[in-house]
Order: sequence, then structure tokens, then C-alpha cells
Amino acid sequence: MIHTPHVDWFAISTILVLLGASAIALLSAVLVPRRARRATAAAVAAAGFAGGIVTSVWIYVDSNPGERVIANGFYRDRWTALAQVIICAIGFVTALISVEHIPSRRRGADPARRDDHIAEYFALLLACAAGMAFFVGSANLIVMFLALEWFSIALYIMCAIDYDLEGSLEAGLKYLIIGAFGSATLLFGMALVYGATGAVGFIEISVKVFDLQIQNDVLLLLGLAMIIAGLAFKASAAPFHMWTPDVYEGAPTPVTAYMSAATKVAALVLTIRLMNVAFNYEAHLWTWVWAGIAVASLVIGNLAALGQRNLKRMLAYSSVAQAGFMLIGVSTATGLGAQGVMYYLVAYSAASVGAFAVIAARERELGEAVTLDNLAGFGWERPFLGLAMWLFVFSFAGLPVGGGFVAKFYVFSAAYAHGWTWLVIVGVAATLVSLYYYLAIVRAMYMRPTEERELGVVAVAGGSPARESLLHGAVAIALVVSVGTLFAVSPLIDVIRHAIYAI
Amino acid sequence: MSSAWTTTVLIWLPIAAAVVIWFLPLTRYATGSLALLVSLVEVGVWIEQASRFDFQKGGLQFEQQHTWIKDLHASYHVGVYGFSLWLVGLTTVAAAAALGYGFWVGRERPRAYFGLMLFLTGVTVGVFYAQDLLLFYAFFEAMLIPLYVLVGVWGGPGRLNATLKLLLYTMTGSLLMLAAVIVYGLKFNTFDLVAGPTSDSRWLFLGFMFAFLIKAPLFPFHGWLPDSYREAPPEVTALLSGVIAKTGTYAMLRIAITKFPEPTHFYRNAIMAIAVATLIYASILAFRAPDFRGVVLYSSMAQAGLITFGLFSGTNLGYAGAVLQMVAHGLVSVALFLIAGTIERRTTSDQFAFLGGMAKGRPGLSTVLMVAGVISLAVPGSVMFAGEFLILAGAYQLGWWWAVLGAVGIVLAAMYMLRLISAVLHGRRGQLVTDEAMDLRPGELALVVPLLGILLALSLWPAAVSGHSFPNDSPAAAVKAGFK
Repeated sequence: MIHTPHVDWFAISTILVLLGASAIALLSAVLVPRRARRATAAAVAAAGFAGGIVTSVWIYVDSNPGERVIANGFYRDRWTALAQVIICAIGFVTALISVEHIPSRRRGADPARRDDHIAEYFALLLACAAGMAFFVGSANLIVMFLALEWFSIALYIMCAIDYDLEGSLEAGLKYLIIGAFGSATLLFGMALVYGATGAVGFIEISVKVFDLQIQNDVLLLLGLAMIIAGLAFKASAAPFHMWTPDVYEGAPTPVTAYMSAATKVAALVLTIRLMNVAFNYEAHLWTWVWAGIAVASLVIGNLAALGQRNLKRMLAYSSVAQAGFMLIGVSTATGLGAQGVMYYLVAYSAASVGAFAVIAARERELGEAVTLDNLAGFGWERPFLGLAMWLFVFSFAGLPVGGGFVAKFYVFSAAYAHGWTWLVIVGVAATLVSLYYYLAIVRAMYMRPTEERELGVVAVAGGSPARESLLHGAVAIALVVSVGTLFAVSPLIDVIRHAIYAI
Repeated sequence: MSSAWTTTVLIWLPIAAAVVIWFLPLTRYATGSLALLVSLVEVGVWIEQASRFDFQKGGLQFEQQHTWIKDLHASYHVGVYGFSLWLVGLTTVAAAAALGYGFWVGRERPRAYFGLMLFLTGVTVGVFYAQDLLLFYAFFEAMLIPLYVLVGVWGGPGRLNATLKLLLYTMTGSLLMLAAVIVYGLKFNTFDLVAGPTSDSRWLFLGFMFAFLIKAPLFPFHGWLPDSYREAPPEVTALLSGVIAKTGTYAMLRIAITKFPEPTHFYRNAIMAIAVATLIYASILAFRAPDFRGVVLYSSMAQAGLITFGLFSGTNLGYAGAVLQMVAHGLVSVALFLIAGTIERRTTSDQFAFLGGMAKGRPGLSTVLMVAGVISLAVPGSVMFAGEFLILAGAYQLGWWWAVLGAVGIVLAAMYMLRLISAVLHGRRGQLVTDEAMDLRPGELALVVPLLGILLALSLWPAAVSGHSFPNDSPAAAVKAGFK
């Protein structure tokens, strides 16, 4: 008989809910007639994510700091639960956007095949979120790697879900190949760490490092470096960002929205835990490494974004730069920094999902990729979406209309409190550069006369824009969170502070 | 304090109204009327507040405080000092006049336009009333957002470059200030402007001053000024020069000078030298400017120099004069830019080469322009004269040569203003001045005349402002005590 550990089913209830919903969505692909399939699968997905939010909140309320369950392989604590709430919320909003925008109606897409794989898509979305919910709670290297592969594979397929479009397939393939390389690096690093310490659990690694006095062991440090590279790859931080623009551009826009927000949440939340728990004796080294990666991301992301005309590519580079801001918080290795990163993730996710949703709406109207040129007049044609985009972009830039302002303030404060005034200066300079391209979006939406634009095709349906009530709902949610994080700072910070005790 | 709510209302009423206007599908007329009504209510609330303000007591009044970012000790802390009360009065009046102008000329896309104007009003009041550094910073930055769109959408042909310059210049300053705000706040564990201690750090002082010098703006930080002022719609330029530029000089008084006494002393001569250089350089530019707006915009810059000059003289007279001058120049520049707008509407240009002889048959226009111009050139007896006299008297206490240098600028003011008046009103009839170019309509007069009326009233009693800005007529002592 195989010895099995005691399983705390409640600790993984979010993951189970998401997986269950995923299974139901998958079943609906064969059991539900084609015309009802989209609605059914979407409803299941929305319900699954809502359920995931409920169970995660429950776990949040009913957990002790840093408690490990299931053979010490999984953290049941508030840090995990909070990240799961965010991931489920992102998933929920993405599901809303996806109903009307998967597959995207770009030129060359075959309308007859529209509903072919919609149920599989929602099943993958749910499975991907489940993987991320698992990833953020992982307490040893094996679980971490499994979860990473789990959600990555789901993402590879989601990127390529518009398989009859060249760009989508290319994006999926690129992500797969480079992603596999990143995972391999991560795995190699884990192997080295295991080789040096003989432990896989985060806490055990730290204990072993202290017991064996191998803080400066070459094998361990090499392993740590490779793990950092693997995680930076997922967070799309420079210099591991080269896949980001291509994949963001090629993937269907709702998938880009999900990926840009949720992957960052998962990667950074886990990074903070892993670094502070497993490698706490190497903090003097990895703080500098992450600071270096942060600076590289800020410089490369911002400078590359300056020259972009394609909006998805621009926001891809902007997400590299945003990762840089968040990594400023990570690199401080302090509670204030972790708090800042978590806050940043909430504000950034809201703005990012919202911005990509708006792009999805415009993409559908045009039937082609959105650029700064064909965005002209959008703000006046679609007042609500224009206003929302205006706000998201300013929130990215850290102007005081959205939570991005408070978030930037927090990570800068953390850097200063850590004694790194130079990093504050770098961040401030990067913010200034970023204004140029963020404002270019506003300029394109409002300040260019509509006649200037050269449209390849007119709106798919012609006439007035499509009624996209679900997309509007998604944008409204993102908008409320974006603005809400500017005003209701203290309540959210309290929630995050409670979560941080876990680490 | 029973009327403390007025502070919050003055800040948030226009912002709330802006949101309402954005989301309610009202007609053009209804939108404009609602916006104008809100701006008049603002003026009313301000009058209510001013009538209850205790000028003898001084100190912070109508105070409100709520937690905002608890763990970093930043809060929503607002309150009113004597001098900020006057500046908010200026803001509400100027905003009402500017909104009225926008309504009168019938701006395109009224919902967006009026919403943004109201939003701008609210956050500007917020800058003057914020008593927490981070809150101040948030409002200071937030002013740029509506401004950017207002100039970029409703501005002239060169608006896109103008907005870019405006934003990049001012944001450079603001972001350095953000770094300074963070350092100050974390060092002293509070962002509160009232409770926060003074600091001797010269770097922090420079971080703040840099932002304020760009906003004011002073030479050599004025690169954004000519484009923005020329390309913006006239009523937005009026707000920019009349009110928003004043946030820069206000913040010098409230933050830089009050919180950093030692660096203020250390850099006094350097900043006064920059201020005087601005005064003279901008006055010369104004004298050479080929257009109406050019003269007024460089005269605004010269006045910013003069106000800074008064503030950094560090004397009782200098402070009082600077506050009086901020209010007076704010009103006069709003009036002048609105008049510039009415002239542009009649002639399609404000280039002097195409103007001239407009006085004939246009008594209304020539009277208001004459009155505004004469006040602006600080003819003895006018409120501007009182302000400049106080500032120069304050500078004199520091050294007679400062006063002499300042006086040069004032002579130049007479030259450029008289040149403007004669170029527009007198001489041969300009190419673009047709018989169809009407005199000011009653609606336009109704916007400009109240502004001039307030200026004339202040001319009769300048001490209404200069004597009621600081408790006990001793600004220097109040500044030293941090307005406590």
C-alpha cells in the first residue's frame, strides 16, 4: 500500500473549484449543442471564477500565517489566498471579455468556425487559472515546477487558439519554444539547488543552507541565478522579455489581457515568497540582482515602447517596464516592498485587463490590429471606452487618477526606506520617459481628426458600433478597481498587511 | 468648526459635477448651464467660507482630516489659511469666468469640455487647500490631466507639440518633487504639512523648488510657456496664467520657504537673482512680442518673477505684497486673455500686424481693454501698483539695489502694456479688422466686467487681501512659525 499524506481539501478548494468548472466546460464541448455552447461555457467559467473568489476569500479569513499542508507541499495562508482572489478576479473579467471576442474577428478568420473551440477555450482558461492558483501557494520546488508547467501549457494553447490566423499560431509557437527554454532553465536551477542543499521545501532549503554553512556555495548560487532567470522570464522582465511583444501582439486580445495581468501576479507573488523564505541567507545577493533586472526592465521596456505604433506591442513593452517598477519593490526584500508589489499588482492588473479589453473592442471594429493611427477618433466614437482607456493609461503612468499612483508611491517608498535613493531616481526618470508613449495613446484617441486615419476596412458590421455589454461590464469593473485603489487605500493595504505576515 | 465642510465641498463639488456631466447625456445648452451653475455655486460657497473666516486668529481653519494611506502616515488633510483663502477665491472667480466664456463661444463636444473644466477647477482648489504633502502632490499632478486634454483637443493648430512640451516640462519637475516628497515623508514619518517638522536638507529644497520654478515659471525653466499659452483656447490660457501658474508661487510659500528655512536662506540670493532676471528678461520679450497673447504671456512670466522676488525677500512687506500680487495678477491676466479671445474671434488673429484701430466704434471693447491694461501696468492707485510697491519695499529692506532692479521691470511693464493697447485700439485700422467685427456683446461684458470690478474694488482697498492673509500683519513671523 502506498503511503498517502493527509490532504487538507479546504486548502486547495479554489483550485478544485476551478478545475471542476474546467471539466464541466470541457464536457459542454461535446454535450451542449453548438448554438448554446458559447453561452454555457462562458457561464460555467464565470461561475467557476466567482466560486474561486468565494473559496479564496474564505481561505483568507480562515487561515494561519505560513501554515503548510499536504506533506508540507502547499501553503494555506493569506498570501496564497489573496493572490488567488486576484487571479480569479482577473479570470472572471477575462471570461466576460472572451464571450464576445474569442475568436477575434480579424480579417481572414472563418465565421463558420467561430464556435468550434469556444468551450475548450473556457476550459483552458479555467485550468490555467487553477494552475496559477496552485503555483502561488507552492511550498516546495517540485510543486512549484509542476504548477508552472501546468499553467504555461494552458497558456501556450490559449495563445494559439485562433489557429486559422497566422499571428496567433506564431505567438503560441514562439511562447512554447521560448517558454520551454525558460522552464528548462528554472528546472536546472532547481536541480542545482537540490544538489547543494538536498532539500526541495522552501523552508528546508533555508534551514540546510544555514546548517551546512553554504551561503557562498557556487552550486547553490548558480542554481539561484537560474531560478531567478526562469521567474523573470515569466514576469517578462528584461533581459528575459524578448518573447513578450511578439506573443502579446499575436495572441487573441482577451488572452493577452489575461496573460499580462495574471502571469505577472503569479510570478511575482511566488518570487517574493521564494526569495524571502528559501533564499533569505542570500538576500544580500539577490536584492542586487533583482534591482539590476528592475533597472534593465525599466530602461529597455520604456525605450522600446517609445517607438511602437502597434498598441498591443506598445503595451507589451509597457508591461516589461511595469514589471521593472514592481521588481523595485521585490528587490528591497522588506515588508513594505512586498506590500507595494501586491498593491501594484492589483492596480496594474485592473488597468492592464481594462486596456486590453478596450483594444479588443477597437480591434473588432476595425477587423485589424490597432495602431496609433487607426485609433484616431476612438475616444469620441465610444465615449465610455475612451474615458476608461484614458484612465487606465494615466494609471499606468502613475498620475493620480488611478491606483497606479499609490502603487508607484509605495514601491518608491520601499526603495527609499531600504536606502536605495538611486533606485527611486531611476524609477522617477523611467516614469517620465513612459509618459511619452502613454500620452501618445490619449493623443491618438482624442486629438487627431478622424479623417486622418486610413482604414483598411470599415467596421465589420458597419453602422453603429456593436453592442458589447459584457465587454463594457468588464471595463467597468476594471475602472472601478482602478479608481477605487486610489481612494480606498487603507482597507486594501490592511488586507495586504495581514497577508504579509505569512512570509 | 461647523463650516469645515465648505473646504471639502469646494474641492469635490466640481469634480463630482464633472463626473455627472460625463455620464449624463445632456444637451449642449443644459450641460453648459449646469457647469456654469456649479461654478457659481463654487463662488457662493467660497463667499460663505470667507465670511466665516476668522482673520484675527490666523492659523489653519475649516480643517478636515481622514485617513488615506495609514501605514505611511499620509492623510486626506485639508484646511484654509488666510492667503490660501484668497487664492481659492481667485480660482473660483476665474473658473466661473472661463467656463462662462467657453459656454458663450459654444465649444465643441460640450460634455467633455465642461467636465474637464470643472475637474480642473476642483483639483486646483485642492492644491491650495491640501495640508498633506502627498495629497498636495496628487492634486498638483492631477491638474495636468485635464489641462493636457483641454489644450490638446480644443487648442490651436500647434496644439500637439504644445501639450507635449507642457506635460514633459511640468512632469519633470513634478517627478523630482515626488522623490522629494517620499524622502521627506519617510524621513520624518509624516506627510502632514502642519505637523511635519522643518528640514535643513538642501537637496530636498531643490527638489521641491525645481517643480515650483517650472510651474511658475521662472527663467530658464519657461520653455513650455509660450507654446502652451498661445495654442490653448483663450479661457484655458486664462486659467493657466491666472490660477495654475499661481500654484507654483503658492507652493513656494507654503512648502519650500516654510519647511526649509535654512536652505531658503542659503539660496536666497540665487533665487532672487533668477527672479529678477525673469522679471527683466520676460518684460523685454513682452515688449518685443508680435501678438496680443505673446505680450500677456510674457508679462505673466515677468509677474511670476516679481512674486517670487517678493516671497524670497523674506520680509513682511514682501510676503504680503506677493500674496496681493498673486490675486491681482491672477484676475487681470484672466481678464486680458479673455479679451484676447474675444478679439481673436472677431479678427481670426491676435497678431499686431493685422490689428489696430479697434477703438473706433467699439467703446465696450476699448474701455475694458484700457482698464485691464492700465491696471496691469500698475498705474499708481491700482491694486497692481500696491502689490508691486509692497514687494519692492520688502526687497528694499534687503538692499537698495534689489529694489532698483525690480523697479526696472516695472518701467518695462508700462512700455509693453501701452504698446499692446495702442497696437490693438489705436492707429490705422488693421487688415483683419472689418466693420463686421462687433463691439463686445453683453454676454462677453458680463464675463469681463465683474473681474475688472473686483480689481477696482481691490484698488480702493488692497489691504483687504494684503492685510488679511496672515495673522497680526506679521507674515514673516507666521512663516517662521510654520503657520501654526
